[in-house]
Order: sequence, then structure tokens, then C-alpha cells
Amino acid sequence: MPAIQIQNLHKIYLGDPPVHALEGIDLTVNDGELVALLGPSGCGKSTLLNLIASFENASSGELLVHGESHDAPGPDRGVVFQEAALFPWLNVWENVIFGPKTKGLAASEYEDKANEMLKIVGLSDFKKHLPVQLSGGMRQRVGIARILTLGSRVLLMDEPFGALDAQTRLSMQELLLSVWQQLKPTIIFVTHDIDEAIFLADNIYVMSARPGRIAEKIVVPLPRPRTITDTTTEAFNQLKREILLQIRH
Amino acid sequence: MKRLKFFLYGITVPIIVLIIWQFAGNLSNMAGVLPTPVAVIKGWEGWIFGEVGLGLNAYSGTWLSNVQYSTMRVFQGFSLAAILAVPLGLLIGWSRLIAQFLDPFIQSLRPIPITAWLPFSIALFGISDMGSIFLIFLGGFYAIVVNATQGARDVDRNLIRAALMMGASRAQLLRRVVFPAALPNIFTGLRIGLGISWTAVIVSEMVAVKSGLGYVLWDAYYVGRMDIVLADMVSIGLMGFITDRLIVSIERFTLKWRFLQNH
Repeated sequence: MPAIQIQNLHKIYLGDPPVHALEGIDLTVNDGELVALLGPSGCGKSTLLNLIASFENASSGELLVHGESHDAPGPDRGVVFQEAALFPWLNVWENVIFGPKTKGLAASEYEDKANEMLKIVGLSDFKKHLPVQLSGGMRQRVGIARILTLGSRVLLMDEPFGALDAQTRLSMQELLLSVWQQLKPTIIFVTHDIDEAIFLADNIYVMSARPGRIAEKIVVPLPRPRTITDTTTEAFNQLKREILLQIRH
Repeated sequence: MKRLKFFLYGITVPIIVLIIWQFAGNLSNMAGVLPTPVAVIKGWEGWIFGEVGLGLNAYSGTWLSNVQYSTMRVFQGFSLAAILAVPLGLLIGWSRLIAQFLDPFIQSLRPIPITAWLPFSIALFGISDMGSIFLIFLGGFYAIVVNATQGARDVDRNLIRAALMMGASRAQLLRRVVFPAALPNIFTGLRIGLGISWTAVIVSEMVAVKSGLGYVLWDAYYVGRMDIVLADMVSIGLMGFITDRLIVSIERFTLKWRFLQNH
């Protein structure tokens, strides 16, 4: 069963005039696949992510996650937000265990996992820090650790590295790839950065704006595991040229 | 060195005012209206520590108990206001349905000044503590409820979404996200509300009870003890200042994350 099945999905914002944010979206994402939604601002890529997360409801069409349709957000679909959206009054550790604690689990049931996930994202030494005491990249690491601790099988990432400086962004991309290699979650990654999409994704869905549509699916043939040096190869640049031409016209 | 400099700057104007006041108080046409600072301090000293004499001074040694009366009333009325207004404000800000039921009611009562409630409150509670506490409650209530409502309305949408995504129920959302996120606004409301509560206690004690700083203030005016009137005014200001600082230090402790953010 695919992780995500979307058929003929529409999202219209009522108003004068009504805005057709998404029109006839068809998308299938397999379990453990890393997919990038690439497009300019206003193409509805974040809206699509919000629909999968059930932050908003679709106007029509079918949207199944692991074969089920949802009408409310839930821990099976973990979201990493653009600005991390950590609770500023909780420290790193408290943020990471917010999900299982809210669920009413005993500490013994989640502490090992939370520790492991903090180790994976490299924040074991920062448990007591408050979000304001962390850099932007570190906050996103907490955001990732918290949904991994939650046990989400589908990770929805909404331009999570968009606000970071170029170097931090690169190391976060490498981190995400290593997390994905280790745990193999299904990831839908929203971005407007072509390099980021190519470096991370198995498949890139290029979206066009007004109305938001999936214009093209591009398969990324680069072998895994990928490293930074892959971003300078001829195959990488060839793909980038193709996508640029695709977006231009 | 810098601190000393700022301290000297800060006390310059008060000292000049005190000197002018001392001279003005000695003018003959000011007699009975404006006692000198020295006279005020002497009167205050007697009010606090008691005076040796024939026992004709009604205020002798009563300062502390009157401060206690007023502070206790503020504490009771203000606590009641906080206990009711914080959850109510959060609910109004959080739920459109509750807002539709309660907001028009609160907003239509809010423009009535607490002083206008005085006769009604005396009629209802008589000359008793309850009348005073009722006014103090009312004074604190509106400021807290309005700010808590605003705080709950302003919660970052993505924090709500993050909590829902992690499986929080609506009750958990209110307690674990909306409440802490609204705390900065709540503290603003508490500070404003406390200031109004002090106004309310003085006004109500002038009319509705026979003890406390407000009662002494009005009583001393009637018998021409302007030194006590002025000492009383300074006492009220002092108590307002101290209780405000108390809330600020609780705020600094509770909202550590926010003060780190601003530095």
C-alpha cells in the first residue's frame, strides 16, 4: 500500500473572487520514499502539505494516508515547520517529549527513544537549553527530533531549511538524508530551492501556480547514499538545467 | 560609577521639589493646607510608632494595621479577580462560541467606572469588607480578562498546529499551549489590574468601611491633619509600588524564556 494516495484533489478558498489554490492534484508516494514538492511561492505546495497534515480540509477529491482518510492532524503525520514552531517556554528535552507525554505515556516508554533521536540529530548536550538559546539550524534539529520521537511514519516538511544560511542548510540536508537512511520514513519535502530538491529527493514534483497544479514529475537518478560532492557532478547539473527550463516556460 | 551617576541624576528633581515644598509649606497662607516635608515625616513617625501624650491623637501607632487592612482587601479582591478572569479570558479568546456568549456582557459592563458601583455595592453589602472587596475585584477583573483574551487570541497558529499534530486534545491545548503562550499578556493584565485594585481599595475605604489607608485618608482630611493625609498618600504609592514589583519578579521568574529572548 502506498504511504500517500491523492486523487483529483481540489482546494478552493472561498471569497471574492474565489482562489483556486490546488486543482486536480494526483500524487502517489510510496512507503519510505523521499519526495520533493518544488515550485514558486503561491503554487500551493504548502497548501498541499497542510491538506495532508489535515491542518486544512480539501474542497474535493481523495486523500489517503496509509489507506485512511483523516479529518484531524495526528502523530502519524509529523510536521516540521518553516520556523520550527517549538514551544518557547519548554526546553529542548521537554519539546521533544511533548507528544508522548501529552499522550499520557510513562516516562520509561519514551525516554530511550527521545534520547536516541536527540543523539541522531546531534543535540544530546543541549537538552536543558531553551529554544531562544539555540541557532536556527539547531531549532530545526529539535523540530525533527520531536517528530521522530513521536514515531511519525510520514514526515511533512514545509521549507524547513529556507531561513537558514547556506552552510547550515547544507549540513541540515546531510543530516536529513542520514536520518532518512537510518529510519526510512516517508518524507514530503516542500522547497523552492532546485539544488535542495535534487540533492534530497527520489522524485521531484514540479508545481505551477494559479491554479496550483503538478506540472511534472522528475525522477532523480543520482545513486544513494548521496554526499555534498554529488551536487557538483555533471549528472546533477544536467538535471538542474532540465528543471530550470521546465520552470521558465 | 555609572550607577552612581544615574542615581544622582535620578534624585535631583525630587530633591529640588522637596526643597521648594519645604519653603512653600512655611509660607503663612499655606498653613493648614500644605504641611512641610519635615512636618509630614514627624506626623508619619507618630502614626507608625505612636506618640507620647494624652492619647488624643486618633492615629497614633495605627499605620501598620491600616496598611494591613488595605493590603489584605486588595489581596482578597485581586486574587478573586485573577482566579476568575484568567481562565475566563483564555476561554473567551480560545472559543468563538464562549466569546459570543460572554464578550458582549463583559464589554457592556466594562465602561461603568468602578466608582459608579459604590452606592450599589454599599446597598448590597452594607458597610463591610465585602463591599470593598467587591469593588477591588471588579477593578482588577476587567483588565485581567481583556488581556488574557488578547493573549489567547494571539497564540502563534503554528504552535497550535504543532500541538494538534502531536496529538493534543482541546483541553490539553488550552492548558499546555494557549495558557503558557498567553502568560505575557496575562502578566500585563495582572499589573494593570493590580493598579486599578489599589485605586478601588482607597475609594471604597473612603466610603464603605471604617478602616484602612483610604478611610484614614478621608478622616484625616476632615479633622485637618494634612500631615497624615500626605503621609497616607505616600504610603499608598509605596504599597502600590511594592506589590507591582512583586508581580514583576514573579513574571521574570515565570517567563524566563521571554526575557532571554529580549536580550
